[in-house]
Amino acid sequence: MAGVTVSNLVKSYPSAARRATDDISLEVADGEFLVLVGPSGCGKTTLLRMVAGLETPDSGTVRIGGRDVTGLPARRRGLSMVFQSYAIFPHLKVRQNIGFGLTMRKVPAAEWEARVRQAAELLDLADYLDRYPAQLSGGQRQRVAVARAIAVDADVLLMDEPLSNLDALLRLQFRAELKKIVGRLGTTTLYVTHDQAEAMSLGDRVAVMRDGRIAQLGTPMQVYDRPGERFVGGFLGAPPMNFFAATVTGDGLAIGDERLDGPAELASWAGRAVLVGVRAENIEVAAVQRPGWQIAEVEVAEPTGATVLLTVRWATNELKVQAAPGFAAAPGDRIWFRPAAGSLRFYDPETSLALA
Amino acid sequence: MTRRRPRVPMAVWLILPSLLFMAALFLWPLVVGVTQAVSGPDGPTTAYLRRMLDDPYFWQATRNTALLIVVLLPLQFALALTMALLLRQRPRLAGLHFYLWVVPLAISDLAAGLVWLSIFTDRGYLNSALEHLGAGSYSWLSFEHPVSMFLAVVVAELWRATSLVFVILVAGLQGIPRDYEEAAAVFGASYWQRVRHVLLPQLRPSLQVALILRTILALEAFAVAQALTGRNLPLLVGETYQWYYTLQNPNVATAIALVVLALSIVAAIGYLRLMRPGPEVTG
Amino acid sequence: MRGRRIAVQLGCIAITLFMAVPLYLIALAALSSRRSLNEFPLTLLPTDVSGETMSTFLRSTGIAGGLLNSITVGLSTVALALLIGLPAGYALARRAFRGKDAYQLTLLLTRALPIVVLSVPLARIFLSTGLYDTTYAVVLLHTALALPTTVLITSAIFLGVPREQEEAALIFGASPLAAFVRVVAPQALPGIAASAVFTFVLSWNEVLGASILTLNRRTLPAQVFTTLADSPLAFRFAGGLALVLPALIFIAAVRRYLLNMWGSTLR
Repeated sequence: MAGVTVSNLVKSYPSAARRATDDISLEVADGEFLVLVGPSGCGKTTLLRMVAGLETPDSGTVRIGGRDVTGLPARRRGLSMVFQSYAIFPHLKVRQNIGFGLTMRKVPAAEWEARVRQAAELLDLADYLDRYPAQLSGGQRQRVAVARAIAVDADVLLMDEPLSNLDALLRLQFRAELKKIVGRLGTTTLYVTHDQAEAMSLGDRVAVMRDGRIAQLGTPMQVYDRPGERFVGGFLGAPPMNFFAATVTGDGLAIGDERLDGPAELASWAGRAVLVGVRAENIEVAAVQRPGWQIAEVEVAEPTGATVLLTVRWATNELKVQAAPGFAAAPGDRIWFRPAAGSLRFYDPETSLALA
Repeated sequence: MTRRRPRVPMAVWLILPSLLFMAALFLWPLVVGVTQAVSGPDGPTTAYLRRMLDDPYFWQATRNTALLIVVLLPLQFALALTMALLLRQRPRLAGLHFYLWVVPLAISDLAAGLVWLSIFTDRGYLNSALEHLGAGSYSWLSFEHPVSMFLAVVVAELWRATSLVFVILVAGLQGIPRDYEEAAAVFGASYWQRVRHVLLPQLRPSLQVALILRTILALEAFAVAQALTGRNLPLLVGETYQWYYTLQNPNVATAIALVVLALSIVAAIGYLRLMRPGPEVTG
Repeated sequence: MRGRRIAVQLGCIAITLFMAVPLYLIALAALSSRRSLNEFPLTLLPTDVSGETMSTFLRSTGIAGGLLNSITVGLSTVALALLIGLPAGYALARRAFRGKDAYQLTLLLTRALPIVVLSVPLARIFLSTGLYDTTYAVVLLHTALALPTTVLITSAIFLGVPREQEEAALIFGASPLAAFVRVVAPQALPGIAASAVFTFVLSWNEVLGASILTLNRRTLPAQVFTTLADSPLAFRFAGGLALVLPALIFIAAVRRYLLNMWGSTLR
């Protein structure tokens, strides 16, 4: 068991305009499950591969368990990895695949058998040990990849979008299973994904990345409920956070001709423009008139089963509002809404950073 | 902070032997060849070039080689395209057909010449078949019948060398997703329209490669003509061999070889220019 | 639709007959007795099968030696081409390096170079280095001809093994060499074998260079070619069959890989 410390990692590719990773520093505590999440091109996979030793940084260090591994090849870093395409070897049986890391480390036969069997049982592969990967389904191959990674009992487990090649249903099922297995093992894990729901559900902490930098690092609820910048609020959550422009007035917020109550902390911003963020599920909505509530017009109503997702127009802004299932609304109808107390978030329109 | 200094990349070591080998066996002979053609024992001279140009066989050979290419290539490409499209329809016994259509890939032009010799020679199988049918025989390979002599060579090369174009086209067709054809069919295109408007444009890179390769190879054809007609149908590379072996003059031989090289380069550049992909491919 | 299916079948059969009948005929000619070959018109059916023509051919001067030389040259060419070409193919497939595009272009260009331009100067070079009229000379020429294709084909084969598998091997404890041997090589082997057969065929069939570079140590096609004018018809028919038979076997062995090889070197 070991923690991972990444310091000032910089990596550029000759063909690209900006850096792939821009001076990133990160600490993963021993036993922690940390998720790197962000849109494609944000540098999360590059970062993971530098920790793995598959890419060399231009500058910066990687330490695993306190040991500086920056100059070491992958096989000497004490790591384990699950690849996006699984990368299991088609010419070896499942058994040899799972035991590959043990074979490389010259583990004696009896122990080899025991550990392979243990990993296989953990992933429900005991019946498939003598098959070839070509005879397995995609989901089963994925399990072989995970079994191979845990059989080695490494200090650090790396995962590069392991679930993204599975269909939606399998992905949900396996996500829970993965969390259970890794939780039981307690191995330090660094996990990369572009799926924000996956990041939220799996990570002890989540690092939201953009353009080669970490935009915000925190627990899932921290980054979800208090996004540090506009990008984070817009990236996490389905639907993403609503944003609209407002001007701070003496007694609240002015959005066009509308008025909202504002918190007292904004007093120093009086007269200036701010960006307001609010989540769809934090907006209370009613089909009948309520005094003091905002009025909006329904443009689209999407019943998703668990909720009804409304797209409404309010003072030149388009908002997503989450209503209870069965909420009756048709395009053109009027609805009344108000944001729940304390659910508004405020951002500087120029820097996009959260206001204290 | 560590900064890694790039050593000589491993890749360079891996390709070095091949580079050295090719330099020794391509570059060096090329240089020697050029000197052989333009300099004699007393220094640079155009004597060999003039001798080459004065030789009537040279001009015959040039004309025959050019004619061969002009007649053979369109036939080959038409046949190869037909073969590729036929096989695409997945007929029965497709495996057997494919195997037999591809066997000539491994047959040299000398062997092809000998095979068709057994057919075209005066007492060969073609005349025997005609005799059985009561139609009388014909001296296909006699130098008194230059047209049939030429056509015999065309047929032998068509038989042997179409496989190469066929394989290239099949590989090219396989790379075209079925979606395009299906979309065209939905929007009303007939089979021939689909071939013309969907398949052929997408086959352009394959056709380009096949044309370049086949033209250069056709410029080198000689053993097939010698097997069938002896020296009665001179071809450029055959003349090279003649000058080298029979006339013991390597200098003129190299001069002719350089003419072949020049023609190959011109052809390759010509094809690359003519069939350059438009902005729809390169963006 | 029915009419279309029938037309396709007929077309295929017609072309197959065009390809197969000459093969049948040369076999017929080479396996007929000398007497039946002197008759006219020739029978089109195998009524008088005899090994006479072939055995006379095989016992003719220089033929047995030519056969041996062809096999030796062929195998040596395969070995040398793979030795030099395989590492280069791996480098092309896996590594990015400066000049990579230039290198690939050079390979494509040399593939298009006519053999004839090299053969005569090479004869002069080999004369001065004492390699003239040896099998070594022919092996060197054939390897040079086969090298560009070998590099490009093996490169395509290595590209067919996903890079992530090699990386997985590296993560789980393999050195770069061990990763290659344990993961890449087993998967690349069939394709490399096919490439080897392809190279052997190239060497086996090459006539011009072999004829120019040798006098007494001739390969089979060179021997047949240089005695063309003086040999009787039966000899030439037998030679034709001897040259064609290996083709039938080779193609049967590699036909599955043909499309892969050509599809990938096209790019």
